[in-house]
Amino acid sequence: MKRNVPLVVAFISGLVILIGGFIPREPFPSIESTLIDWFMIISGFAILLGQASLLHLNITRVKNKMPNWPYYLSGLISFALMLIVGLLWGMEQTPGLLGQGEGVVKFLGAKPFDYLFTNAFIPLSATMFSLLAFYIASAAYRAFIIRTFESNLLMITAVIVMLGRTSFAQLLTGWIPDKFSFLRLPELTNFIMEYPNTAAQRAILISAALGIVGASLRIILGIERSYLGGGK
Amino acid sequence: MKRLLSVVFLLLVGLYPLMTLAAEPVFSASDMPWDDGTAILLKWELDPKMDSLSLQKADSLGVFHEFFNEFSTQGQHVDTSLEIGDSYKYRLISYNSATGDSSVFTGSATTKAQWFDMNKLSLLIMLSLVCAAILYYIYLGRKGKDLFIRRISGLDSMDEAIGRATEKGKPILFVPGLSDLGDIQTIAALNILSPLAQKSAEYGTELLVPCRSSMVMSAARETVKEAYMKAGRPDAYREENIFYLSDDQFGFVAGVDGIMLREQPAANFFLGAFWAESLILTETGFGTGAIQTAGTGQPHQLPFFVVSCDYTLIGEELYAASAYISRDPQQLGSLKGHDFGKLLVIILVLAGVVAEILGWGWFKHFFEGGS
Amino acid sequence: MKMPERTVIERRIVFLVLVLAVMLPMLFPLGLKTQSTPLTQKVYDLIESVPAGAPVIISFDYDPSVITEIQPMALALIEHAWQKGHKVIATAMWPQGPQMADMAFNDVKEKLKSQNPDAKLPQYGEDYVNLGYKPGGLVTIQGMGRNMKAIFPSDITGKKYEEISLLEKVRSLKDIRYVISLSAGDPGLRDWIMTAKGKFNVPVAGGTTAVSTPGFLPYVSDQDQLHGLLGGLKSAAEYELLMGYEGSASRGMNPQSVAHILILLLILFGNIRAARKRKMDKLALEANNG
Repeated sequence: MKRNVPLVVAFISGLVILIGGFIPREPFPSIESTLIDWFMIISGFAILLGQASLLHLNITRVKNKMPNWPYYLSGLISFALMLIVGLLWGMEQTPGLLGQGEGVVKFLGAKPFDYLFTNAFIPLSATMFSLLAFYIASAAYRAFIIRTFESNLLMITAVIVMLGRTSFAQLLTGWIPDKFSFLRLPELTNFIMEYPNTAAQRAILISAALGIVGASLRIILGIERSYLGGGK
Repeated sequence: MKRLLSVVFLLLVGLYPLMTLAAEPVFSASDMPWDDGTAILLKWELDPKMDSLSLQKADSLGVFHEFFNEFSTQGQHVDTSLEIGDSYKYRLISYNSATGDSSVFTGSATTKAQWFDMNKLSLLIMLSLVCAAILYYIYLGRKGKDLFIRRISGLDSMDEAIGRATEKGKPILFVPGLSDLGDIQTIAALNILSPLAQKSAEYGTELLVPCRSSMVMSAARETVKEAYMKAGRPDAYREENIFYLSDDQFGFVAGVDGIMLREQPAANFFLGAFWAESLILTETGFGTGAIQTAGTGQPHQLPFFVVSCDYTLIGEELYAASAYISRDPQQLGSLKGHDFGKLLVIILVLAGVVAEILGWGWFKHFFEGGS
Repeated sequence: MKMPERTVIERRIVFLVLVLAVMLPMLFPLGLKTQSTPLTQKVYDLIESVPAGAPVIISFDYDPSVITEIQPMALALIEHAWQKGHKVIATAMWPQGPQMADMAFNDVKEKLKSQNPDAKLPQYGEDYVNLGYKPGGLVTIQGMGRNMKAIFPSDITGKKYEEISLLEKVRSLKDIRYVISLSAGDPGLRDWIMTAKGKFNVPVAGGTTAVSTPGFLPYVSDQDQLHGLLGGLKSAAEYELLMGYEGSASRGMNPQSVAHILILLLILFGNIRAARKRKMDKLALEANNG
């Protein structure tokens, strides 16, 4: 019963959505609309579930003074701080429990939530993303080694595309006459991106899409049950 | 010969008025084809001398109100959010603002819901063929037919990775992607988590599963718990090892990087949907010396995984993992169905290229679908 | 096995050189110019082709981590849309999207004010509105295709949908003239393509990070599943060029170009090092074999 009910629900809802994709007539649009609303409600509750798990994990580690517990404490403090200032004074034009907080805005230059968002959260997020640049550099230095004919071809393509995506491209090949404009770096780059790259991306997308069809069919028919919690 | 030429000449003379008549401005209102019965399609072809228009609809009292006025000599507009089965009257007035000339056209239509969206016929045919092939091969698999599947080294290496982690006494890190449970890649990742968790339970190796979404965390907990029970080690299951980190993309990445640097897992598995953070995760893992297996359905992240991981599951291999690991005949059968689907696509692509070269536009048009 | 110490040192030298390669061109700009590409031009032409008064959606499906790449696109697109008299509706599939939208609207308004202090600035509720964040991705967009008010009963200030004059004639997605999704991942551009374009036939254009761009190129075809694509900082700089100004993206192309050259040089050095190692290993093997 515990396993059969979810299987039946998965089968019926999957089938209804699938059929609804082809039949525009009522009641299929209404059923689809209702299922959409249910999904959005569940998504909303799921956010609460995540916050509860996060708090539980951090509180447990601080309570038991596990290694590096001050960092978990700072995580909890940050969570609480953003929650409190957001509730009290709101953000941007949205008011909080204490209104728009004109006094605080005068002192800080912005609402506390916005101030922390702009001066702490944005720089931290951007910094994490910028790590990518360093890792690309170190990965390029370590791993882009020419060993075979294919890697040679890859290297030539990479050089053309990388140069073509910079402002140096115009400088390096802008002198080429219009008759041979296809040899200019930006044009070569566009060609590589729009034809061979797109063809390869499409091939992987198509095979992944077929994989999705197969996996979805298995889930709808109940052949695939791992999402319920392991095994058959 | 002379007689033939005079007949042709007379025909042309006779037809000329009709031909010029056909070029007269037209306005038509008709039920929008293949829809849910809430739209009417309005088409017009105006005199090129006109430079503005007013498209109006009559209300229940018969009074016309303007609802569209973007000018084009030849165009169409879809009036939406109508009632099914109701009749609507329209009026189109075109103007020449310089001379003050105007023309008025009227038309009416009744909305009707169709049973089937014919624009999606090609999609239905292809989907039916692929699904039929999958079901056929599943049937063959059930009957006991031996179905060959090529080696996927990324999945064969799972035992090696778990063995290494057990030897070193270090945990295994499994990241089920950054997408939600609605993404098939996440489901595929959880399918791989199940046998992985079972093996790690058997070997007594700790398994860490940080999640970006709380729904994924719930599903992962159920998966791992079930796997530990199947391995006969329910006592070894630790709920706190499968946890939610953050919904924020780079907040999650920072958390996982921290775990890798502190806990120093010996084996990392990055399976599921990944975006720009993929290289940050795998390079950090590389720095700790862990054996890394990655797999995603996002083609543009695959190069980053290939460069910094020991094994990579490319595209469809991620979805095949469940069948490959379990060797369940039904699941293997569905993989063969995928192969049929690929063969079908190859044939259609080649046929499409030939059709375009020969100028058979109907072939491409049939598969284009859409409105 | 941890990385050998030599590798660790080399990595740190690479990181340091990269910092200098990015920092120095920012302090001493090279004055390099970029040129427009067809994909960027297509987005520009889409906005150009839509008449004044048309309601349009710009979806802020990203967070602050990609602000350097995507925010300049947002600024340029909003300025262009306002120039053409379009009514801009901001939505978000990511939780921080509404803040990104507000920042963008405020920055563009400040810029317009500084250019012409007497000019009439776009008014909230009449020329633009921020409907805020809604979870659900593809499912939310499907809901918007049926009834926008049901999905966004109010904007982020709490004002009811029916009280906002801009939204008077916007009942569903079908009343929108185009959607531009500025997207850093999922949910994002792919959901808009599948639903807004695929199901409701609303033209969709996109702005993504450079790393995600190749994955969306298959959608830019003669079927116009995607009506142009802005990929990364370079495309943002191209759009600024089309708009006739030099913004943060154009300035950012200086360090980006130098960094690209550095990475090519690193690849070259890496290959030289690998070739030398192979040669030394071969010599050592020959020496061992006698």
